[in-house]
Amino acid sequence: MRSRFIPLLMTFIVFLVLYAIAYSRFSSFASMRVVGNLLRDNAYWGIAAIGMTFVILSGGIDLSVGSVIAFTGVFCALMIGRNGWDPIVTFAVILTIGTLFGATMGFLIHRFKIPAFIVTLSGLFLARGMAYVLSTDSIRIDHPFYEQISSLVYIFPDRGRFTFAAAMFLLTLIAGIFLAHFTRFGRNVYAIGGNSDAALLLGVPVGRTTITIYALSSFLATFAGIVLSLSKKSGDSTIAVGLELDVIAAVVIGGTLLTGGVGYVIGTFIAVMTLGTIQTYLTLDGSLTPWWIKIVIGVLLFAFVGLQKLLSRNQGVFKLRQRGAAAPS
Amino acid sequence: MSGQDSSPLLETKGLTKVFPSTVALSDVDFTLYAGEVHVLVGENGAGKSTLIKLITGVYPKDGGTILLEGKEINPRSPRHAQELGISTVYQEINLIPTMSVAENIFLGRQPMRFGMINMAAINRQAKQLLKDFGLDIDVTRNLSVYSVAIQQIIAIIRGVELSAKVLILDEPTSSLDHHEVEMLFSVIRSLKQRGIGIILITHFLDQVYEIGDRITVLRNGHKVGEHRITELSKVQLITEMLGKELTDELSDQHRHGQANQVTGTPFLEVRGYARQGMIEPFDLEIRPGEIVGLAGLLGSGRTEIAHLIFGIEQNDQGDAYIKGKQVRITSPRKAIQYGFGLCPEDRKVEGIIGDLSVRENIILALQAKMGWFNYLSRQKQNMLADEMIKALSIATSSAEKPVKELSGGNQQKVILARWLVSNPDFLILDEPTRGIDVGAHAEIIQIVKRLAEEGKAMLVISSELAEIVDYSDRVIVLRDRKKVGELVGDEINEQAIMQAIAAN
Amino acid sequence: MNLEGKEVYSENKRPGNFRMIGPIRGDSRALWTVVALLLILFVDRLISPNFFEIRMVNDRLIGSLINILDNSAPYALLAIGMTLVIATKGIDLSVGAVMAISAAVAVVLIRNYESGATEFFYQPGFVILITIGVGAICGLWNGILVAFMDLQPIIATLILMVAGRGVAQLITGGQSPTFTNDSLAFLGRGVVAGVPFPIFIAIAVLIVVTLLVRRTALGLLIEAVGANDRASHYAGIQSRMIKLFVYVLSGMCAAVAGMIVAGEVKSADPHTAGLFAELDAILAVVIGGTALTGGRFYLALSVVGVLIIQSLLVGLYVSTLHPTTNLVVKAFVVLAVLLLQSPEFRRFITQIFRRTA
Repeated sequence: MRSRFIPLLMTFIVFLVLYAIAYSRFSSFASMRVVGNLLRDNAYWGIAAIGMTFVILSGGIDLSVGSVIAFTGVFCALMIGRNGWDPIVTFAVILTIGTLFGATMGFLIHRFKIPAFIVTLSGLFLARGMAYVLSTDSIRIDHPFYEQISSLVYIFPDRGRFTFAAAMFLLTLIAGIFLAHFTRFGRNVYAIGGNSDAALLLGVPVGRTTITIYALSSFLATFAGIVLSLSKKSGDSTIAVGLELDVIAAVVIGGTLLTGGVGYVIGTFIAVMTLGTIQTYLTLDGSLTPWWIKIVIGVLLFAFVGLQKLLSRNQGVFKLRQRGAAAPS
Repeated sequence: MSGQDSSPLLETKGLTKVFPSTVALSDVDFTLYAGEVHVLVGENGAGKSTLIKLITGVYPKDGGTILLEGKEINPRSPRHAQELGISTVYQEINLIPTMSVAENIFLGRQPMRFGMINMAAINRQAKQLLKDFGLDIDVTRNLSVYSVAIQQIIAIIRGVELSAKVLILDEPTSSLDHHEVEMLFSVIRSLKQRGIGIILITHFLDQVYEIGDRITVLRNGHKVGEHRITELSKVQLITEMLGKELTDELSDQHRHGQANQVTGTPFLEVRGYARQGMIEPFDLEIRPGEIVGLAGLLGSGRTEIAHLIFGIEQNDQGDAYIKGKQVRITSPRKAIQYGFGLCPEDRKVEGIIGDLSVRENIILALQAKMGWFNYLSRQKQNMLADEMIKALSIATSSAEKPVKELSGGNQQKVILARWLVSNPDFLILDEPTRGIDVGAHAEIIQIVKRLAEEGKAMLVISSELAEIVDYSDRVIVLRDRKKVGELVGDEINEQAIMQAIAAN
Repeated sequence: MNLEGKEVYSENKRPGNFRMIGPIRGDSRALWTVVALLLILFVDRLISPNFFEIRMVNDRLIGSLINILDNSAPYALLAIGMTLVIATKGIDLSVGAVMAISAAVAVVLIRNYESGATEFFYQPGFVILITIGVGAICGLWNGILVAFMDLQPIIATLILMVAGRGVAQLITGGQSPTFTNDSLAFLGRGVVAGVPFPIFIAIAVLIVVTLLVRRTALGLLIEAVGANDRASHYAGIQSRMIKLFVYVLSGMCAAVAGMIVAGEVKSADPHTAGLFAELDAILAVVIGGTALTGGRFYLALSVVGVLIIQSLLVGLYVSTLHPTTNLVVKAFVVLAVLLLQSPEFRRFITQIFRRTA
């Protein structure tokens, strides 16, 4: 067993175990109805989590994703619902804004060596603030395009629904995997996360890559906002508050090392589905109270961080083998 | 094997680098021919790494020229130097530990197919490349699962593959075992045959003789010698590296006469002290008022002994006794409670707390010893700081100045002062005079002697043999992480120490 | 032998050391932070002519300045704890969640008292002590993860940040329980000599903590550990215990802040109590000049940082600007502060100046 797969394997086992428990309680977990709903309900933050995976793989963090999703939703609702813009034009504009927003954060992080945590924190304030400035009310969107999208659905024999949102989620997943493993950009992300000083010496364009990483994360958060807008048919500046925490938790539970360099996009997907499964279980059960999900996420987070610590300490798997314990005299 | 009749591949003329507090490299001429291994030796702070950093563009030079194949070059960064054909493999391997071997070799220039990275081609080509150098390993595994030696070779191959003309190897062998060194050397030999010029930095003399063609010795930023290996004996080499240089600065009052007076119960005694991979079992005893010198080349285990005794690392064998009573030294804090103090080798990282003031740095150890709630009054702090600034003539405009703004010599005095105010019985000084200008150097030696006269037990590590000979009552000689000799009183002279280091 | 005068100091020769806005230290730093606060208050005064007006209504002082102080109190408590954590090169993301937990604990306990439970630990005084103890336990958890498990502080405290609100909901049973007990409510809405009680709490905690760290060796040892952990270890400082201490203190401060917030509204809302409070606290500490890289810390200036943020918010509130611009303004203030503190940015600006000059 390659040690770099261990966290991923753990993620998968946790998912299987929880899914099996859920199935033993509610046999509907074996139906396409639940699977379809899982994909649909978790699509928007799952998409954001795939973007966050790249950020964390590079050793960074992006706190702004929840706010960006909310801003996107309000922007779309205002432009399409109130100002009558064409949805496609609106989406193009907001995706451009989102990407530039992320690129700017990446630039500040790289060029001025300001911690990513703080830069993206001000990004969080800014995007949420702009959402409030645009509108503090929930705005409905009535547009034929939105209806068309809702009708785009594949219905399974058991009346399970494979929706547009689910399709976008899977599409993003595939694109994310491709980007991470089959492009130079993706490999550069891993290299920076593995050892950024070495990456620089090895000729990795660290600056360009860093800017692209944050641009990508914000692009996907914006895309997630669009997907959410399409399924909710409204925009609300107070949604997705604190979502960045769930997103970060999912990436870590998905087996990505918070210090960067190790992890898989597919792991994030499995973790999103895991947390979705817990949520669905709690909803179906009804007797279990919803706050358990936060505690469970916390426990899983602790378990995975602990596991990573153990792996890196005991086997030295993730660290370069250091020369003798003491400095040479 | 070297083409000295042809024109040099790489040449530096009058290379100079000045740092605010020291001249790191002064007027150094250096030549490298294609197909030769040119060994660069010298103790820490001699200027080896400064020379390398100037050649590879890490630092801008302050004087002199660098020529590559007869044309002047001005490398701006390691990347630029690499583009010019100068590749460096550092002591700390600069590869990505979390990526596969093959990916490390091809990072940034992966073969593509249909707009995708062609992983199969990467793995195939990497495998073939390593095979050419006699290394048959699974290239799809993480770099970090392989030994340091293999990582070194992978780094070398990556460097050479980027069409290097000059390859610089910075201490590649310091943590390799015998077999691994052989493996590395066979790679170096095959690179020589390809006409690559290799600069090798090492502190293992046996290796110098095994692989080197020519050698340049640096000391305190100056070139002190350049020789064909075959024309230089080991003792000559050690003399150039460590031998007398500061004679004028040292007083004639050798302490040897007093050595016999130092008797009685040792303050500290260790028996069979050792730690796997750091230092083999050694005995040591130090009496109050006695200065014990630790001599040996870089990497011989000097600092390791200091760390073990001070509790930074734990011994896995042997016992320690203080005034005859057995003790276990499990942490620096414990050691300090027993009355120890350590002036570490790397002042900036392990010694000073740069942002804090001179006063705070001076009282720190005493305060840590006294506890959180038994705070020294400001008045007392000022008194102690002023007293020390005066006693050690620390050159600072104020006790409130951040210690990072002081020169190296004064920083060293501040660390000494930190221990002196806590009134220790036993001080370990690891290279107390390194990187310090000549005046402060002599002052610190005076302080060391004075402290011994006041009855403190002292263990001093130094690369300057003259210095060790000057103040030591006893000298322990180390080689290859082993104690290989102990000289007492009149036996102590440079010749004897060098012979003990060179002996096989 | 004396070298005085011969020494070359590296200080002035370092390239790119921009003296004008270069490293601001000690007194001048304090001056600038206070000037920034006065400047914002001055702008507030321009916007709203009666901004500095304070009236006495029903034995209670009323006015924008009083509002600023009152609003600042819980954040000041968090910032005090956070300052020490950041000084050790750490960060505590969990303080908002700890506020929610403490508010929940205090309110649930006090409701037992109100419904007639007679056990001594339901007495309001004990409830307050128990709640502070709960905060200490939360801090202990963070401290153990950081100091003894060597987890990165961001990650270690993220765990409690995520799980903490769940725990708070668990304690309240998912409700937002209300209470009527005046003793607990006094913490949030009491008035002494016309001044809201939270202001006294914040000032008292500032004084106590300042005395605790500056009249003992703790402050020095915290700064030493934050500035150079390794050298501190070699000098015999118990850096793990120091780290444990600052997280515990931060947890206790958060607990008091949580009770103030609960007292204000006479209830504990596990969803909103202390939401985003950690971010404001970190921001205040950074504005106050304590660097995220650890070392020197400035407790009082962190509190000034809190006052700056609150003056900004109260100013925006009384201005004709739409109140929704709060976060946007805040974002740009954060950014400006960060850029000014970045040596790279200062060098960048210097270069631009040189080029144009």
